[in-house]
Formats: sequence, structure tokens, C-alpha cells
Amino acid sequence: MAEKTYLQAISDGLRQEMQRDKRVFVIGEDVGVYGGAFKVTLGFQEEFGPWRVIDAPLSETAIVGGCTGAAIMGMRPVAEMQFADFISCAWDHLVTVAAKQRWRAGTPVPITVRLPSGGGFSGGPFHSQNPESSFAHIPGLKVICPATPEDAKGLLATAIQDPNPCLYFEHKHLYRRLKAEVPDERYETPFGKARIHRAGDDVSVITWGAMVHTAEEAAQQLEGDGISVEILDLRTLIPWDKQAVLESVAKTSKAVVLHEDTHTGGFGGEIAATIGEEAFEDLDGPLKRITAPDTPVPFSPVLEKAYIPQVEDVAAGIREVAEY
Amino acid sequence: MATTSATDVVMPQMGVSVSEGTITKWLKQEGETVAADESLLEISTDKVDTEVPSPAAGVVQQILVQEGETVEVGTKLAVIAPEGAEAPPAEAAPPPAEEAPTPEPATQEAAAEAEAPSSSEGETPVPAAAAPEAPAPEPAAPAPEADGATGEKTFISPVVARIASEHGVDVGQVQGSGRGGRVTKKDILAFVESGAPAAPAEPAAPPTPPEPAPPEAPAEAPAPAPEAPPAPQQQPVAEAPPKPAPPAAPAPVQQPEPGEAVEPMTAMRRGIAEHMRRSLDTSAHVTSAIEVDMSKVVAIRKKLKKEYEASYGVNPTYLSFVARATVETLRDYPWINGELRGDQIVTRNYVNLGFAVELTDGKGLIVPVVRHTEGLNLLGMARSISEIATRAREKKLLPDDVQGGTFTITNPGGYGTFHGTPVISQPQAAILGTYAVVKRPWVIQDDRGEDVIAIRPIMNLTLTYDHRLVDGALAGRFLRDLRQRLESWDEDAY
Repeated sequence: MAEKTYLQAISDGLRQEMQRDKRVFVIGEDVGVYGGAFKVTLGFQEEFGPWRVIDAPLSETAIVGGCTGAAIMGMRPVAEMQFADFISCAWDHLVTVAAKQRWRAGTPVPITVRLPSGGGFSGGPFHSQNPESSFAHIPGLKVICPATPEDAKGLLATAIQDPNPCLYFEHKHLYRRLKAEVPDERYETPFGKARIHRAGDDVSVITWGAMVHTAEEAAQQLEGDGISVEILDLRTLIPWDKQAVLESVAKTSKAVVLHEDTHTGGFGGEIAATIGEEAFEDLDGPLKRITAPDTPVPFSPVLEKAYIPQVEDVAAGIREVAEY
Repeated sequence: MATTSATDVVMPQMGVSVSEGTITKWLKQEGETVAADESLLEISTDKVDTEVPSPAAGVVQQILVQEGETVEVGTKLAVIAPEGAEAPPAEAAPPPAEEAPTPEPATQEAAAEAEAPSSSEGETPVPAAAAPEAPAPEPAAPAPEADGATGEKTFISPVVARIASEHGVDVGQVQGSGRGGRVTKKDILAFVESGAPAAPAEPAAPPTPPEPAPPEAPAEAPAPAPEAPPAPQQQPVAEAPPKPAPPAAPAPVQQPEPGEAVEPMTAMRRGIAEHMRRSLDTSAHVTSAIEVDMSKVVAIRKKLKKEYEASYGVNPTYLSFVARATVETLRDYPWINGELRGDQIVTRNYVNLGFAVELTDGKGLIVPVVRHTEGLNLLGMARSISEIATRAREKKLLPDDVQGGTFTITNPGGYGTFHGTPVISQPQAAILGTYAVVKRPWVIQDDRGEDVIAIRPIMNLTLTYDHRLVDGALAGRFLRDLRQRLESWDEDAY
């Protein structure tokens, strides 16, 4: 057990998988010689050689297309999108081929696509998005959104071993900000099991990724005012832990869904709708979604702050629901 | 269901279009025990009578709607308390004391008197009109919020409503701490935990003021209205507020004149009365008649009767022949099988055929419906009519058996009548009447083309139609085609 950053945890996890499973290889823009734009694969090419750590041309279509073919032939590719935003170029391969191959032909497509996502560093509209809900809507894909170093490692191992295409959204804002104990040995963190990040009685906040930490800060603020907040970290959106959400709502009877993605069609809507459908008689107040507004991500630091839910926004939203 | 809290019995929804029902009989009285699903009362909705099972086991704590009353679906009829639960507070009488500055006669007396409905002399503290400067405590309002804690209580959330019903708590008694004084989940949980009195099932019935008690009523007028409850089953347990059983029609009932007898209208009779009047007020009734030579049908029926009865136990009645031919003819006359709905004309690709059936006691009429008769051959038609008529006579119809008809046949011919002008069953467009088959001298042509008089079985048919939709010529053509089908009955086709 050692303290590691979120980024080191991903890197270690990936290395361990490559060490134990020869079928695992890495492909992406600048992942080899350069060690990746964020240095997740620094030193990998030296350790595993250029055939398992492949520098790809500037074509996400080629990367995901190549991974899909390799996976069908029995490999376990791990693709890196330099930024999650670029995945739209690979949409067709992911959605039309990878997601449906198993349904059409019975062939598993065990690819993992690593997606550095999220804003908070003035990256602007092309380098800051959280496009998880678009893929959560596609049957056949799994969507993973780790929030802690420990989960980042364990969920990556599970994704690589999973027979389905897995979209692994790693939040850039957490890369070097977050440091925590991570087990040295290999382990898998199961999909579809939410984690109670903080237990509380008054309001359930259902969230994932970087927003878990924003919610935590807000909860600490509210604690002083006697508002007890429960934070549920979903960890994976597909599959998502409906049971845990319903149990938490049964306890608190009030729920806030929080995400950094934009509002309309965000995955929070799915959660809120499910609570409305299945926990109606548990509710003691209206559901609330706290999200980014329906615009592209702004460059300007001031505007970006106004865009991404901040601690104050989250605290105000939770308070509103608590006081209902 | 092991009841731990009081359970409400409500007027059930019987069939889709029924909005109210009449209590015909309570099979259990207040204070009697009842098992779950044991029949508790009989209700009558429009035309169907049925028993209502008890939703829980326990004791009939309170009957809120008396026999003979008609109430809307969903209305609370009674309260079943768990067995052993003590009776509702005996001296529930004093109305929300704080608010009603009634002249305050020694409470007990007041309670006692309130128990005897209108019988006592003037000075019963009748809260309603009589009370002088009455800031009358909202007369009827059995609403749960009726008690005065803190003005308005705003919204009751789903979870609060659920907890309230689970614990039999009156939300109105809980102090709210939420926005605008709303009772939150925490509030009601704290209230429940504090062991607050499981609210007497119903907020001790804020005194329904004893119906405008005829102020001058001679003291011992022998309960004039048939409905006035002579309070026979008034258990001593029952809480004070008298149950005045306001009759559906509160019109002053006249005393019968010498020689007259009075009996109450049954729910069915009321339903028929209302429907007949409404139909005549709705449709422009016109009747056309035609004579049909039934020779061929008589001959075929004679032949089939043995076979049908031996093989299927079904009697191929004349009615089933007529019904079969009618359904076939209606194909060509969709408007006669149609309906005026607002300013639109509705037609169908099916015929749901209603048959007017008299009840065995001779005191009512019901029109059960055979659905999708366009799919029935003669045997199927005969069987369906027989089945549904039997169920109608034995009062075994289900609510949906009397709904959805698109055309009706009435058959008063059994008594020898040869003509009539029936009333259309709303919202249909027409009704066919069939009458006695009578042997008559009939002019026909012999083999040489000469007119001769023969003896033929003749039946009259009438079509009473809504002239708003169906013109006389259309009705005439319909009857002509129907006659043609019957006179040239094609055994193979049907």
C-alpha cells in the first residue's frame, strides 16, 4: 500500500494488466515515445516494446477501428483518446461495430478506451467535455467513471478483462490533485456497485467522477448547519447501481443528482426518472439536478467557473432540497 | 391481512364508465367482526348489483354511508378497525371545542342530545344555521386538515402520505417544520415515535350537522322519509354525531294519500327512469315497421331445433335468426350501427348487440351486450343470447356485460304484441323491435302467377331510429334488406 495520485494509479493498473496478460496492448496518439499527453504511459514502450505500445496516426477512427479488429481476433486492446472530446471521430466504430458485434455475431469485443475528460483548466470546448451520457445511451457499451485512485486502478483492471467495449472516463482534474492509498497488488473493482462516499441522513447526492469531491466539500460546509448529506459515488454508469440509489433515497427521502456534463439528456435525468418511477412513495421533496448548463465549455476561467458546478452551487442546491 | 391500523372501505369502481353506486345493504353492522374478504355490503351501480368484500379483518368501527344512499366511486363507506382496538372515543361529541363558541350546555348533555337526531325539541345545539353568531366550524368538511393547528398545511409529500397511512396518523395534527409549515418526513416520524395518539381513524367526524333538521317537525313524526334512519343499529359505541343519511333527493317527501302505498325506487328503477328520459331528450325517435313472411325461417328452425338441442343443448330461437340477419344487414348500414358523438359520426367494423331482458321479478329491465357478434354464426348467436339472458335474469352480469353496445334488439313479441315504439339505448342510433309470429292470410302468387291467399307465419319488425343521424329512407332500406334476408334464409351462409 502506498500513496498514489489518481494518474499514477491508472498508470500502475495498466502496467500490471500488461504484465500479467500478453493480450493487452496500448495504442494512441503519442502514447509511445512521448509517454502520452498526460504521461500515463511514460516508460511503457521501454518496458513492453513498440509492438505493445503503439504510436498511432492522428486518427481516432483508425485507433478504435484497429482495436475492434484486434479484439475480435482475441486481443485486449487499450486505446487512449488524447482527450475524451476526440472520441466523436470514432463514434461509428464504437457505436455501429464494437457495441453491436456481440449481438450480431456473438463475438466479444473486449476493448477499453481511456478517455481523459472533464474541465477546470481552461481547456475550452474541445478539451473539457464529459460525453459519458452519449455512450450510456448505446446498448452494448459500458461506461466507467472512477472518482478515486483506488477505484481508478481497480475499475481499469475490470474494464480490461471485461468482454465488452468499455469507455473509461478518467477525469483530468483529478490526475494530480488527488492522492490516496492504493493497494500494490492487482485487484478488480466490480462494475455496477456504487460506493457510499459519505454517509448521511438528510439528502442523497448521487454523482460520479470529479463531482464526488465537489459534493464532499459542499457536504462539509453544510454539516455545520446541521444538514447531513449522503454522497453516493456511482463509479460506473453502465451498469449503474440502481439498488444503492433507491436504498439511499428510501433513507433520506430527498435526492440531488449532480454531474459535470450538460443538463439536457445528461445521465442524471435517467437517475432522477428512475427515482420518480420506483421510489415515489419515498420522496419528501422534489428531485434536483445540478449540472453544467446546456452550452459548450467556455475558455474563460471566469466563465468556466460559472459553467462547471462549484462547491457553492452544490451546497446551495442541497440546502434548497434539505429545507423543502 | 392482519390489520394493525384502521382500514377504510371505499366505493369500488365497477366497470369503466360507472361513477357512482348505491348501498343496497350492509351485511355487517357497526361493532360486528368481519374477516378479510368476507362480504361486507351490497352495492348497486346503475344496473349491476354486487357484494363488496371487506378489505381487512377486524371490527366494523364505523359505517359512514347508509343503505339507500348513492355516492361517488372512491367515497369512504366504512372503517374497519383492528380487532381488539378500543372503540372510538365515546365522548367524541363536543365539536372542535376551541372554535365553536356554542352556548356550552353541559357537554355531556349536549352529547346525549346530539345522539338523538332531530327528535328532540328546539334547543339542541345544532351547530349550523341555528347558532347565533356562528363562526361555524366548517360544517361538513371531513377533510383531515380540519383541525386548527397552524393555518394552511400546504403540500403533503408522497413519503409523508405513506407514513401517515401506515400509522393511521392525521397529518393535520403534526407540526410542520418544512417550507411554509409543510410536514416533512422527519416531522411525521417524530410524531409517530412520540407515541402520539393513533388518530381516531377518522377525525372524530367533525359534526356533520344533522341535515337541516326540519325545525318544526312534530316531535314524534313517524320518520317520514323512507330513508330516515330510525337509528336501530346505533350501537352505544358509535360516536355521537348522528348519521342523518341524507337521501339522494332531499325534496320534501309527501305523505301518501289514503289508499296509496309507497315503495322506494330501486337503483335499477332509478337508472332506467333516468336513461329513458335522457334518451327521449337526446334522440329524435322515429319508428318504421315492416312485415316479414317467416315461412322459411320456421321451416329451417323446425329442422335445426332437434339437431341444436341434441348436439349443443341450444335452442335456435326466432330471436337468434333475427339477430343473425340483423348483424349481417348492419354491415351495409354502418350509420344504423353508429353513434353521434358531439358533431362527429362514429361507425364501427363490429357489432356489439344488446338484448333487452326482463328480470324474473318483473321489476326491471337490463340490456346485456354480446360482443363482436359479427363473428358468430347462427349457433354461436343462439348460444350467446341464451347464456347472457340467463346470467341477466340471475343477476350474474358483470359491469362490463352491460356496456359497449352498438345496436339493440328488444323482443316484446312473446306476449303477442305486434307493434311497439321502443326507446333507443343511448348513445346508439337505433333499436330493433321483434314481435309475435302470427299466422295470417297472405296474398302470394301460385305457380301460374295467379294471386292466391295462403296461410303464412308473419312477424312484424320495427326499427326505431334517431332521425338526427338516420333518415327514413335509410331505415326503410335497412328493414327491406333485413326482411329479404329472413324470407330467403340461406341455410348454408349462416
